[in-house]
Amino acid sequence: MGRWIAIIVLSVATIGAGVWGYKENQDKNAVLIQAENSYQRAFHDLTYNIDLLHDKIGSSLAMNSRKSLSPQLAEIWKISSEASTDVGQLPLTLLPFNKTEEFLYDIGEFAYRTAVRDLEKKPLSSDEVKLLEELHKKSGEIESELRKVQNVVLKDNLRWMDVELALATNDEVGDNTIVNGFKTVEKSMEGYEESVTQTGLDSSGPEKSYQQLQGKKINESQAKKAASQWLEKVSTDKLTVTKSGKGADVPTYTASFQDDGKNGYIDLTEKGGHPLTIMISREVGEPKISLHEASEKAKEYVKGLEISNLELVESNQYDKMGVFRFLYTKNDVRFFTDSIVVKVALDNGEVLGMSSRDYYDHHSDMELNDPEISLEEARDKVNPNVDIQENHLSVIENDVNEQVLCYEFLATMENTTYRIFINASNGQEEKVETLKKAEMKFNQEI
Amino acid sequence: MIKKTMVVSMGMALLLFPLSELTYVKPVQGFSNQVIQQGATGDDVIELQSRLQYLGFYNGKIDGVFGWGTYWAVRNFQYEFGLEIDGLVGDEVKNKLNKASNYDEGYVKEQIKKGNEFTHYGGTPKSQQTKPGKQQKQQPKSNQNEQANQQQKQEPTAVNVPSGYSQNDIQLMANAVYGEARGEPYVGQVAVAAVILNRVKSASFPNSASGVIFEPRAFTAVADGQIWLEPNDQAKEAVMDAINGWDPSGQALYYFNPETATSDWIWSRPQIKQIGKHIFCK
Repeated sequence: MGRWIAIIVLSVATIGAGVWGYKENQDKNAVLIQAENSYQRAFHDLTYNIDLLHDKIGSSLAMNSRKSLSPQLAEIWKISSEASTDVGQLPLTLLPFNKTEEFLYDIGEFAYRTAVRDLEKKPLSSDEVKLLEELHKKSGEIESELRKVQNVVLKDNLRWMDVELALATNDEVGDNTIVNGFKTVEKSMEGYEESVTQTGLDSSGPEKSYQQLQGKKINESQAKKAASQWLEKVSTDKLTVTKSGKGADVPTYTASFQDDGKNGYIDLTEKGGHPLTIMISREVGEPKISLHEASEKAKEYVKGLEISNLELVESNQYDKMGVFRFLYTKNDVRFFTDSIVVKVALDNGEVLGMSSRDYYDHHSDMELNDPEISLEEARDKVNPNVDIQENHLSVIENDVNEQVLCYEFLATMENTTYRIFINASNGQEEKVETLKKAEMKFNQEI
Repeated sequence: MIKKTMVVSMGMALLLFPLSELTYVKPVQGFSNQVIQQGATGDDVIELQSRLQYLGFYNGKIDGVFGWGTYWAVRNFQYEFGLEIDGLVGDEVKNKLNKASNYDEGYVKEQIKKGNEFTHYGGTPKSQQTKPGKQQKQQPKSNQNEQANQQQKQEPTAVNVPSGYSQNDIQLMANAVYGEARGEPYVGQVAVAAVILNRVKSASFPNSASGVIFEPRAFTAVADGQIWLEPNDQAKEAVMDAINGWDPSGQALYYFNPETATSDWIWSRPQIKQIGKHIFCK
């Protein structure tokens, strides 16, 4: 009797385990298929979009009427953005595929700039046509490579999950057909960059950064001294100093210290010993001083940079911290590109950080032209539905990365405040920003 | 113009019913003695907004955050009352405000606590200026502990957020930073957050924080689910610092842990520096 019960119980258990295992396995497969499918969709979308891109660039080259060219370029802009999104959904981060991604970005950038331009007044220059031809050629190469990979994927039922596995384990990456295909695509981009720089379309311009750093090169012990000055006079014995590697945009010394309950960190440029990033971290207690008092501390602190004119333009309280943004000003012109941010703890007013990277990156002593249009003329260019409250002269970087002198208007409409920039030489509306309102707390207890 | 007429009519209304108004108002000390400036949050800002609204200068929400709307209201007030126009609320402005307006602290704080939509205009009965907020209708909660913290300071109902980001974006990034770098020093966490932002700006990565974070194989913490751990306040602060402009990574686009990195390619990138366990590179 007992034996029978045991047999029944055991067999029920075995069957149960089997059913459970089978179900688990099915669930796992369903999840895997779903992941695989979303990779497949992104990949086939990508090849389709590149194909489309190639065609559209081709027909834009053949177009003569400006009327049809602008919409065509806008279309190219849209497709290149979709292609970039597709790339972002494929597991390619650890593959060298960035040149192709930059290529897609460049197409978008070029198409955008030319699409928004009035081509009647300023038609495509011969350089731009040359670039368009180059983009056409390169997109053709990418297209054919991707189509080849796609063909193999379809014929041999290759799975993207295997690519992921291959990348994760990193052995025999070379044997994966898809990976190889993408490597070939990336290779075909060689030689593209030179032709782009010739035509002045630059997606990244690190060469322009940190041009105007003043001062002599400092050595490690000088860096230590300077670091201690900025980090609340901490003794130099406590500081560890390292030098930046060859990937840095600007050579820096990094000094840091650890005291009980307090950490300090500073980046100093090798040339001139200017502080780029300062951070002190510690527990911060409940706010005791006002934001206004803290802003005075911040103003006092930035004097240490010995920059002639800094104007406080923005202050914000984030919980227990006050964050203050300063702009460099010269003859009452505010340079929005040259900004410095200071963080002050509101429990005792101690400065807990400064970031002046933007300032040293962009600052240059270029001469400013006087505005060519008057304030009144600029005012007329502003939408008549807004109430202008304040105006300044400012330098901003516009959407084609040029520094331009603008009239800046702070204006309100309904309960929203806008910052409007009107180019001071040609009256163009360069930029309109909606100034952020405070956001309601979503997790408010009622 | 509209504002002016409003002020005048408010003034008229004040003249007509000063007594009936004063009867509900319990005596208040008024502001603490800090100078209130744009960007500030807290109790004083609630009072400032209420008083400005009482006089018709401020038409926005009374939320305890000194934003642009409050700033223009203060400046208009300073203009109308012949004070120096600087948008700062010092003693002089406070005195004038105290004299010109009434602040029904009990009413305002009760409304905020209950989550009602309300206004605080002078000359209009309070009962017409309040209605239950949407949230409250959906999920009424017990207000047992309300009595207990009646005396406490009222938290603002809104927060400052860096331009272009919502609290939720910050939360998502804090999740990623916590998952990726919770054992790292604070600077290392800021650097990881900065890398996410550098990627958003870069041409060869997606254009949004969520696109960058969820790019397949970009972050191990996303791949193995550690991103869904509850982040601590430090991770959030690190994200805020990075958004506000701190970048200790030196404009890096990649980082890796030399002990666990499997890809040869990542080693070939030009390195910038090491912070904690992570090597940051271009």
